[in-house]
Amino acid sequence: MHLEWIDYAVIALYCAFVLGVGFALKKSMRTSLDFFLSGRRIPAWITGLAFISANLGALEVMGMAASGAKYGMLTSHFYWLGAIPAMIFVGLCMMPFYYGSRARSVPEYLRLRFDEKTRAFNALTFAVMTILASGINLYAMALVFKLMLGWSIHATILLSAIVVLIYTFFGGLTSSIYNEVLQFFLIVFGILPLAVLTVTKAGGWSGLEARMPPGFTHMWSNLGQATANPMGVDWFQLVAGLGFVLSFGYWCTDFLVVQRALAARDMTAAQKTPLIAALPKMFIPFLVIVPGMAAWVLLPKAAFLVQGKIDYNMALPLLLAHYYPPGMLGVGITALLASFMSGMAGNVTAFNTVWTYDIYHSYIRRDATDAHYLQMGKIATVGGVLLSVAAAYVALSFHNIMDYLQLIFSFVNAPLFATFLLGMFWKRTTPNGAFYGLASGTAAAALHYFATLHGLFIYRSEMAANFDRAIYAWAVCFFVTIGVSVFTKPRSEAELGGLVYSLTKKQSYEHLRWIRRPATLAVIVGMVAIVLNWIYR
Amino acid sequence: ESGPELDIRWPIGLLFAAIGIVVTIYGLFSNARSELWAREININLWWGAAMLAFGLAMICGAIRAGRRTRN
Repeated sequence: MHLEWIDYAVIALYCAFVLGVGFALKKSMRTSLDFFLSGRRIPAWITGLAFISANLGALEVMGMAASGAKYGMLTSHFYWLGAIPAMIFVGLCMMPFYYGSRARSVPEYLRLRFDEKTRAFNALTFAVMTILASGINLYAMALVFKLMLGWSIHATILLSAIVVLIYTFFGGLTSSIYNEVLQFFLIVFGILPLAVLTVTKAGGWSGLEARMPPGFTHMWSNLGQATANPMGVDWFQLVAGLGFVLSFGYWCTDFLVVQRALAARDMTAAQKTPLIAALPKMFIPFLVIVPGMAAWVLLPKAAFLVQGKIDYNMALPLLLAHYYPPGMLGVGITALLASFMSGMAGNVTAFNTVWTYDIYHSYIRRDATDAHYLQMGKIATVGGVLLSVAAAYVALSFHNIMDYLQLIFSFVNAPLFATFLLGMFWKRTTPNGAFYGLASGTAAAALHYFATLHGLFIYRSEMAANFDRAIYAWAVCFFVTIGVSVFTKPRSEAELGGLVYSLTKKQSYEHLRWIRRPATLAVIVGMVAIVLNWIYR
Repeated sequence: ESGPELDIRWPIGLLFAAIGIVVTIYGLFSNARSELWAREININLWWGAAMLAFGLAMICGAIRAGRRTRN
């Protein structure tokens, strides 16, 4: 693929605007709350678009297009089953506690609800995980642009890290959110024409149905048995593993996305944030998965060969190269670049918040001035970017180390939702119950992994093993938490006001017209998701 | 009404207007054609114009919000 001057002009325009946003927001960063949570004054439509964009990184866009080519419409389960129900739940049921408790981060909520050791466990694992994710994102970006355009890996890593550092250093979370919204529109304008061009070229939906293997254009009809579909999973693994444990664990407890809602201007805006995000989220499959399916139909199989094996990861860049002329190619490449950079920025801003509030403020220096914590946030931003660059070079040199690190952290994530669910909806859940439940759930995930490795569990695909592992980890965490809680002392009810469902004053929506209430939006989102599942069943 | 001091519609509007202008002008002078529903179209020209229109709509929204705030 070769870029013309016009393509570089579009990329340069984007970089100039991104840096401009950072500088323009510099004077708004007066307090630590401004820097870490945008002063809690962002309107719902912006936090909603940032909420979805924080999850719409280039790895997601390219990975879902690749899965579209590999599994067909089954991939849409990651959206219509693996995201929408959880987004409705976090908006309606969990946001009143996150936002209402005035917690500045998810680990801080755990401290308020449980105790210091549960918060420390979550804060430390989350901080390390965000740096790893940021580094892998940076490494993947450099690798993709090396393969697509022949750009130097070192130059790509360093230049993009510098751009991200400048705009997050000056503009904090607001800058990250603003650039995520820019990225959302760039993805839409950069990829939508490609989706239309490729799907019409493939003969429309009927053309895809006729030319793809049987079952690739259906979501539910082949899930009776794991052997009947290309994913190698059955309906229970999909619904319980992906649709419940993994998706609720990510959308309801990951501070990277929850932070966007905490920046909203009031409780209603915070509740609407994931619900507004769910509306465009439902249509992302038509933007990335369906073009991936079209790539399978339109491109010769030799185009996907990497070292003699079929690899669909470059499906989207290959389509860009085939169907976009110079000019539009620049817009498409800029969309990918934007989603890589904002993916990194999102991780860095989540890291600097957790580091400053949950680690530095809690364990290193408790009684400093607000200006000191603002300064520490900026230092943490520089540190986060430098650590991300280091992680990118580790990924570049030692692929296996990064794989194992990610695997270890997946053990930690799987049971987390059980802790939050019991913490928010059962006032009898005790701090010790939460901590030992979380630890035993993590141990269960590790045990399941090693048992599978040694042939005690046999699965048709790695995805099926991952879904089952999540189910085991969640169940162990859930029941151990209950078991330990029954025999240990809970916190007093006076301490739990605003943190637990039964002890929190219910939010009144009387001042809002029915059409503007979060519940109305949730019903609309839920109905559209059901209709989409039905149409493509 | 768009939050902090910088209304987000300004950067969105200006960026898309700038990209739209550059891509549209390039489309006017390039011969590249894409096939859509069995017709040849100049995608740079049409989609560049769409991005320009979106950018201008955002700028108009930002100007109106600014006026409302001042009043």
